[in-house]
Amino acid sequence: MEGERLASPARSSGLPAGGAGGESPGVDAPLLGSSGSSTLLQAEVLDLDEDEDDLEVFSKDASLMDMNSFSPMMPTSPLSMINQIKFEDEPDLKDLFITVDEPESHVTTIETFITYRIITKTSRGEFDSSEFEVRRRYQDFLWLKGKLEEAHPTLIIPPLPEKFIVKGMVERFNDDFIETRRKALHKFLNRIADHPTLTFNEDFKVFLTAQAWELSSHKKQGPGLLSRMGQTVRAVALSMRGVKSRPEEFMEMNNFIEVFSQKINLIDKISQRIYKEEREYSDEMREYGPIHILWSASEEDLVDTLKGIASCIDKCSKATEKRMSGLSEALLPVVHEYVLYSEMLMGVMKRRDQIQAELDSKVEALTYKKADTDLLTEEIGKLEDKVECANNALKADWERWRHNMQNDIKSAFTDMAEENIQYYEQCLATWESFLASQTDLHLEETSEDKPE
Amino acid sequence: MEQAPPDLERQWQPAPLEPLGHTDAGLQAAVGEEAEGSRDEVPGDGTMTENNFGLKKIEISVSEAEKRTGRNAMNMQETYTAYLIETRSVEHTDGQSVLTDSLWRRYSEFELLRNYLLVYYPHIVVPPLPEKRAEFVWHKLSADNMDPDFVERRRIGLENFLLRVASHPILCRDKIFYLFLTQEGNWKETVNETGFQLKADSRLKALNATFRVKNPDKRFTELKHYSDELQSVISHLLRVRARVADRLYGVYKVHGNYGRVFSEWSAIEKEMGDGLQSAGHHMDVYASSIDDILEDEEHYADQLKEYLFYAEALRAVCRKHELMQYDLEMAAQDLASKKQQCEELATGTVRTFSLKGMTTKLFGQETPEQREARIKVLEEQINEGEQQLKSKNLEGREFVKNAWADIERFKEQKNHDLKEALISYAVMQISMCKKGIQVWTNAKECFSKM
Repeated sequence: MEGERLASPARSSGLPAGGAGGESPGVDAPLLGSSGSSTLLQAEVLDLDEDEDDLEVFSKDASLMDMNSFSPMMPTSPLSMINQIKFEDEPDLKDLFITVDEPESHVTTIETFITYRIITKTSRGEFDSSEFEVRRRYQDFLWLKGKLEEAHPTLIIPPLPEKFIVKGMVERFNDDFIETRRKALHKFLNRIADHPTLTFNEDFKVFLTAQAWELSSHKKQGPGLLSRMGQTVRAVALSMRGVKSRPEEFMEMNNFIEVFSQKINLIDKISQRIYKEEREYSDEMREYGPIHILWSASEEDLVDTLKGIASCIDKCSKATEKRMSGLSEALLPVVHEYVLYSEMLMGVMKRRDQIQAELDSKVEALTYKKADTDLLTEEIGKLEDKVECANNALKADWERWRHNMQNDIKSAFTDMAEENIQYYEQCLATWESFLASQTDLHLEETSEDKPE
Repeated sequence: MEQAPPDLERQWQPAPLEPLGHTDAGLQAAVGEEAEGSRDEVPGDGTMTENNFGLKKIEISVSEAEKRTGRNAMNMQETYTAYLIETRSVEHTDGQSVLTDSLWRRYSEFELLRNYLLVYYPHIVVPPLPEKRAEFVWHKLSADNMDPDFVERRRIGLENFLLRVASHPILCRDKIFYLFLTQEGNWKETVNETGFQLKADSRLKALNATFRVKNPDKRFTELKHYSDELQSVISHLLRVRARVADRLYGVYKVHGNYGRVFSEWSAIEKEMGDGLQSAGHHMDVYASSIDDILEDEEHYADQLKEYLFYAEALRAVCRKHELMQYDLEMAAQDLASKKQQCEELATGTVRTFSLKGMTTKLFGQETPEQREARIKVLEEQINEGEQQLKSKNLEGREFVKNAWADIERFKEQKNHDLKEALISYAVMQISMCKKGIQVWTNAKECFSKM
């Protein structure tokens, strides 16, 4: 099988008989309480546009000047300390630490919504202070994402958790849902902070630091709603055109994105399904164990054995719970984030295509001499620059994204494997100890029977 | 394949339904001369594979199962499974076994044998047959009697049944059992000729009917209670076990999907590709490992099922005692009332109501001769009744003694077998855990190399 990667061989294992292939198990937001530290970005290889070198150097200097990663003077949250300790290679260059916590419910006459507390600690000069605390709601995150996409149409903006999950959700605000969302929002902001370009975005800064009323007034600036809508319609028309003239490397990229998107979606479904099956297995085990205890009440000679088995089954059931919790912390959020990422990527491709299409339509206009050639030539010049910038930005960010994805996926699945190993080791120890106790008893009994 | 030794054929008579306590001697005689020499060789250790049958030890196996078609009693075509029973006798001297008998039987014949044993040995906890239809199934197992896995498990169950009978100190000497192993043709007729169906107490089958027994043996009451509990708890256990198996199957099999998707994904990845591909392979291994694991567990379930059905056999013995005790009490009651009637007739006082007495009063006294005649009849009946009561009492005591001996034997067997089964369950879990550790360690290595 090893050498058959290119052929993508059909695999014999179909989906289990018990469930239809391809059905969505329903995202149940399966999260249990955790002390979780989110999966983190490793120290990345920076591969940037030339114009951004200055900024990069600047921030590097700043961090070196002020402190090193482990200085007690640095106001870091415990979370980010853990983050730093995880890095094995270079010392961390982070100078912006963000946490999202304390979801709170707000009830007004019109609506009920949740806000999250966002604490930012930074050493950057452009921030007025070194620590900020604000409250934001999901809408605000949406706004930020929109602004980032606007400012950097061909950069890969981190995904936001879904607005709401329709399937299997009775109450929009149950605890699991809120916790899942909180973690995802935390991830979202930290990914932006770690992005070499996005981290210096002005709207990002405002998001992290502005008080509620400041944010509102800031939001009102910029292109109005109607003009944004107009842009969307035009954009769709253009993107169709851009597809045809797409350069080779972006064709490859697009192909990757399509396949990746398909596969990661399947993996998401499979992982959710596994979680569900494990939950049901654990439930049945919890009923299974006590039956042995019940039985032991009518069997004098088998009491020890039966009780021993009941105890083993209970322990294994608990071990399953632990395994599930590991799955929901290490694997499910990562896989799901990449499902959302794959949607993002398709959007990025579209926008790139749109920019290209704009250029192409102007070039076409010039060819057919539809309008003032001088003006057109000037516009074309600008658009060519725009396209080049956009393509380069995307290319660089793509490499970065691929690299991160590889690490994240590798890390998530390695953790999952480790959880499984620990689960089986725990169960093994339980049963082996039971077996040993039974054989010891047997030896005791037989030695008692022997005539002295 | 008819190979009954000629001298046995000559001496064989239909096994009589002797009053209990005489049965052993009666059957022993019927088996033939050879049996007499073997009395001191009766195995008391309950070995499962060998049996002292005559002078030779016997090994029994149900070695094959075959699908057959034939015509049934209503001349309709039917499909059924036939099982090959092979009997080997083991020479004492060199321990080598020689195939002595080989014949085919179907499940219904096993049922016939067992029903016969139930009638002739009501004081014995008769080993149960494997289930007629698959119960406690989980979704993978077919409930179809023709399913090869079911047939295979049934084959093992039938062999187990024969071994249990063969190793039972009393049942092993039964002639009909011997013929079941050795006389292919005409065996059914032979069994039916014993007339055992007529001798069966139909009340034993009416499990729901209650008989008000004033003085049951407390041990039997407790035993019945125990057998009810055993049946209930094992049923519950098997039901939940089936559900657990179902869920476990689901967990393992869904992982198999990773394998397929990883493989497809690896096609577009440069550095990650190898790791993904090989990890996917391990996911396939993991997913397919559950099949063997659950098959082993099925054997464990079968061991528990045997004792689930044994509970019924226990209850049958208790039932028999109950009926005997009931008959005894009824007979005693009847005797007492007859004695009273007699007394009243003799003394002329009427203390109890009797129709005869009433009609006599209404329509005129009977003559002294008539009265004498009636007294005489009653005295005869009382005599008979006293004899019967005596023998019923004796029967009852013999039954209790013999039954309890077998129950003690059964208890020991049960404790031993169940403990072994439970421990084997632990061994299975250990094996499953070890496999899991191996697969996931391999997978982890692949993931970490991505």
